[in-house]
Amino acid sequence: MKLNDEEKAMLAGETGEPRRWAVEHMMEVGRMFDAADFVPVAQAHMMADTESLGEAGVAFLEGLAAHPETERRVAVPMLTDPRGVDLSHYRPLGQTEEMADLERRTIAACTALGILMTDSCVTYQTIMPPVRGEHVAYGDTGVVIYCNSVLGARSNFEGGPSALAAGLTGRTPRYGLHLDRNRRATRRFIVSERPEGLTDWGVLGGLIGRLCGSYWEVPVLEGIEGAPTSDEMKHFGAAMASFGSTPLFHIAGVTPEAPDLESVCDGPPPEPVEIGREDLEGLRGNFGASGDEVDVVVFAAPQLSHVEMARVADLLEDCHVHERTALIVCTSPTVAADCERLGIVGRIEAAGAVVLRGTCFYNQYAREIGEANGWTRLLSNSVKIVNILGGYGYRPALASMEDCVTAAVTGRVP
Amino acid sequence: MTLRLRCHPGIGPRVEGEALVAEDDFSARYDLDRLAGTFSRPGHKLAGLSYVDRVLVLNTAKGGVASAWMLREMTERGLAPKAILFNAANTILAQGAAFAGMALCDRFEDGDITRLIATGDHVIVDPPVGLVTVLERAAER
Repeated sequence: MKLNDEEKAMLAGETGEPRRWAVEHMMEVGRMFDAADFVPVAQAHMMADTESLGEAGVAFLEGLAAHPETERRVAVPMLTDPRGVDLSHYRPLGQTEEMADLERRTIAACTALGILMTDSCVTYQTIMPPVRGEHVAYGDTGVVIYCNSVLGARSNFEGGPSALAAGLTGRTPRYGLHLDRNRRATRRFIVSERPEGLTDWGVLGGLIGRLCGSYWEVPVLEGIEGAPTSDEMKHFGAAMASFGSTPLFHIAGVTPEAPDLESVCDGPPPEPVEIGREDLEGLRGNFGASGDEVDVVVFAAPQLSHVEMARVADLLEDCHVHERTALIVCTSPTVAADCERLGIVGRIEAAGAVVLRGTCFYNQYAREIGEANGWTRLLSNSVKIVNILGGYGYRPALASMEDCVTAAVTGRVP
Repeated sequence: MTLRLRCHPGIGPRVEGEALVAEDDFSARYDLDRLAGTFSRPGHKLAGLSYVDRVLVLNTAKGGVASAWMLREMTERGLAPKAILFNAANTILAQGAAFAGMALCDRFEDGDITRLIATGDHVIVDPPVGLVTVLERAAER
């Protein structure tokens, strides 16, 4: 990789060990993907939940945080993804003091590094959406796919260490989605039936992700007339990224890089694949609800927007969560604060549900809290979360937000 | 008979070990019980099997960014694979391998790596060179 003088100085350790490590780490990754040089980034966003970090990751962050302030502070605005523990509500979930201590250590280290602890996977809805063409280094696949596709920003999936390296240096290796050639459509889908509701958008996203099946495929969709909502795009992208490791999609006539099909194709467009109701039912069937009792209903992955929070509160009006069922709602601290002010959190909690701030269910020790509470039968409207949690000892099922609330209230899948 | 498989130069050190192969995809978050060192996702073709000290051979990486932290944690606890070979890695697994010091290679010249190597084969993975050598076939023992 070609380095400029500033990058050479960082690699030589002239600006401190944290930045030396960062450049060395990014060069190793950059060489794997044939990056020619670095590209400056305007923002970084890091997944650093303690379940993923473990003791090894936390100790690494603490090691960086022990350096002098001028050497350890991030060089560009850097945000965080959801945390592993909501310190205001962890004992009732069965999370341990050991988990909470790991969380406190992580927060202290990140704060010392100058990271803004936004604890959110919906930063594009709540904090600072990137601008079209802006190079960024984001963690959380849902954030990346939304910002690449809906906003036209440029980011690879950045795991925690690489996002941190980008934050410390203000740059990232120029490969993958930073390059025009990797943003062109390689797969083409014609959607015959527009999804209705967040779950159906998630099902469509999951299906396309599964069909693409690789980070390096870029799908373009036709047949979607008119712009979906931000929350619909959120569930669509998050599910696609979850099923396929897909970081970018285009919708002809909707997303900014695809005013029409030809704009995202080099030469003749790829052969089209039609997606109809049967295809969607096929994926949905993998997560079919059985009519059995439900242990826990989860709204998360991605964290809920203001609009979703208000809808959950409306659906719970004059209802109460069943005594043998838990209803958990995960949102960002920003949304939670607003929704407290608006009385929305109070209405949800009055119905017996739990609102968690700054976490997301699947990255907060889902296996351990499942075992602590005896939860196996889980219902959610998030295609992403039902895709993930099978490996965590749950029997997850998928239902609309409305049916999820009914299940939470009656204790059974409707 | 020794089989030499060329690939794109990868990440991490030269290692030697026994292969564990499936045509499935991979995520440390989605598929593993990292405390037990086994594949835990019921639908995964390697469900129930230990990945510890094996050379994992899988199709591609899927899902979220958590694997980047997790590979180092798994390595430091001594419950990690020796290497991972993919047809196509994603950015996360490459970043995670770099952070963990784990061997990782992808883009094999001779085709689908999950069909070129079988479970139980004894292999050498040499990421700096971009070469995987099958020393001994499980089927020939």
